[in-house]
Amino acid sequence: MNALLIMLCVFVVSIVIGYLLISRVPPLLHTPLMSMTNAISAVTILGALLIFAVTTSATDKLLGVVAIALAAFNVVGGFVITERMLKLFKNK
Amino acid sequence: MDFKLELLIDLAIILVFLGGFRLFRTPRGARSGNLLAAFALLMAVAVVLWRHRILQPELVLIALLAGSLAGWMVAMSVNMIQIPAMVAFQHGAGGVAAFLVSFVELTRGAEPGMAKISGLLGLIIGAVTFSGSLIAAGKLANLIKQPPVVLPKHSWLIIGLAALLAFGGASAGGAEGQTLVYHLLALIVLSVALGLVFSIRIGGADMPVLISFLNATAGLAAAFCGVIIQNRLLIACGATVAASGSILTHVMCKAMNRNLLKVFIGFQSKAADKPEALMPDIVPQPDNPPFGRADAAPASPAAGDPLAAAVEAGQSAKSIIIIPGYGMALAQAQFLVVELATLLEKMGKLVRFAIHPVAGRMPGHMNVLLAEAELDYDKLCEMDDINPEFKNTDLAIVVGASDVVNPAAITIADTPISGMPILLAHEAKRVLVCNLDARPGYSGIENPLYQQNKAILLFGDAKTSIQSLIKGLSQGIEPTR
Repeated sequence: MNALLIMLCVFVVSIVIGYLLISRVPPLLHTPLMSMTNAISAVTILGALLIFAVTTSATDKLLGVVAIALAAFNVVGGFVITERMLKLFKNK
Repeated sequence: MDFKLELLIDLAIILVFLGGFRLFRTPRGARSGNLLAAFALLMAVAVVLWRHRILQPELVLIALLAGSLAGWMVAMSVNMIQIPAMVAFQHGAGGVAAFLVSFVELTRGAEPGMAKISGLLGLIIGAVTFSGSLIAAGKLANLIKQPPVVLPKHSWLIIGLAALLAFGGASAGGAEGQTLVYHLLALIVLSVALGLVFSIRIGGADMPVLISFLNATAGLAAAFCGVIIQNRLLIACGATVAASGSILTHVMCKAMNRNLLKVFIGFQSKAADKPEALMPDIVPQPDNPPFGRADAAPASPAAGDPLAAAVEAGQSAKSIIIIPGYGMALAQAQFLVVELATLLEKMGKLVRFAIHPVAGRMPGHMNVLLAEAELDYDKLCEMDDINPEFKNTDLAIVVGASDVVNPAAITIADTPISGMPILLAHEAKRVLVCNLDARPGYSGIENPLYQQNKAILLFGDAKTSIQSLIKGLSQGIEPTR
């Protein structure tokens, strides 16, 4: 029950802090912001890794491999493209 | 490990993530922010690997390497016009990961109650995000036709699928063993169908709303996934991303004057059955004859050769605001437009760019396109900052934009764009329109700006138009050198 309460708190507090921080991002940076959050949303890679933390069936292994590969694609692709984009922004 | 220590480590990583968001105020800061977030994610992965023994490390390593390599290669090869399609595709990949993880965890027997409900939500939202994103990516990459595809009874189809999902989800909540697996498979099929039906009816110009919304759902799916595996990092990151996506969705809806429900469920606005209500104020004014522009103002330079008039307007103007739209990106004219801006600046003019929030195919897309063309980002002005400047501006140059400069949004009630915030190009002393043709934009509403006396219409491919404008202007200044 304690763990559940902490999870609920983490959820609510993250939404509030996320809201406060992100509403101050200028529209200039909205595309890089979305591509970075896109990478972060693939944090499900943690869950995909945990599939392999217990003995499991062949089906689960297959699903786990697919999940890890896609999440890794999303994480790496997201951060790299964000960096490429932000590098383009220049001023004198 | 000690519970308190685990909690502290998680909190530290979450703080690093939030620090990354905090740095997203300036382009330079954002670069550090992005690196910081990437570092936090790497730490999160390291912590998981440290806390849990992975039973098949070689399998995991191969999957990690293959996915990362593919992600890196795609990210290095796309150009800035393809960014929205790439981001949409990645949302889809994230959606698959979320529903697969939820599926495996649910079949392993989650505790009934909160954990199971969250797992089901993660599964459904992940699968909807997956298929919805693939359609969005297909439309953005021009693999699927951009106009909305409307099926018979489309809205009812969406509502029906959603109801079936709710029913199936409730039923899965009580199921166990093999029955549960069948339930889950059925839920995945239904969710994928819902995502398809839902995205296919959203048209090209509404893509910024759809892609922001899918950003939010991808985050939400991750957060729910985090509840079932009891991982606080997943919950925190997912929730933050969900908040970010929701903010962007709201910003996009406001900038297009669309209600989220109207974009998604597609109910017709009540405008359709009302007759032409208010007559426009500015269109029929004597000095703005609405029709027969050329006959009504033979003395106007606009009546003659539009290119000559455009060059003359460019030479005589002291202050210029350029308004780029997605048409510019489609014509690949952004490099030439920046060249034009540089030339005008060399001629001693004040040149700025006015960026409408929905210019492009995702939030802020136009800024990235112009940054790629090496425009100084200090010249990119947001709508609210630049709008008061138009009335003191000699020339507004519209390149491939229509709805976002359509004064009908202010003057005519009950059109799809009425009330939509626009860039006040019509307040400038002259307006040069470099669009492909006089056809209305996505909204289908004629643009009365074209009828005004001060408008110079340089129709045709934007690349050709801007090129000849640059040529005309540079020939014009040569004698003075």
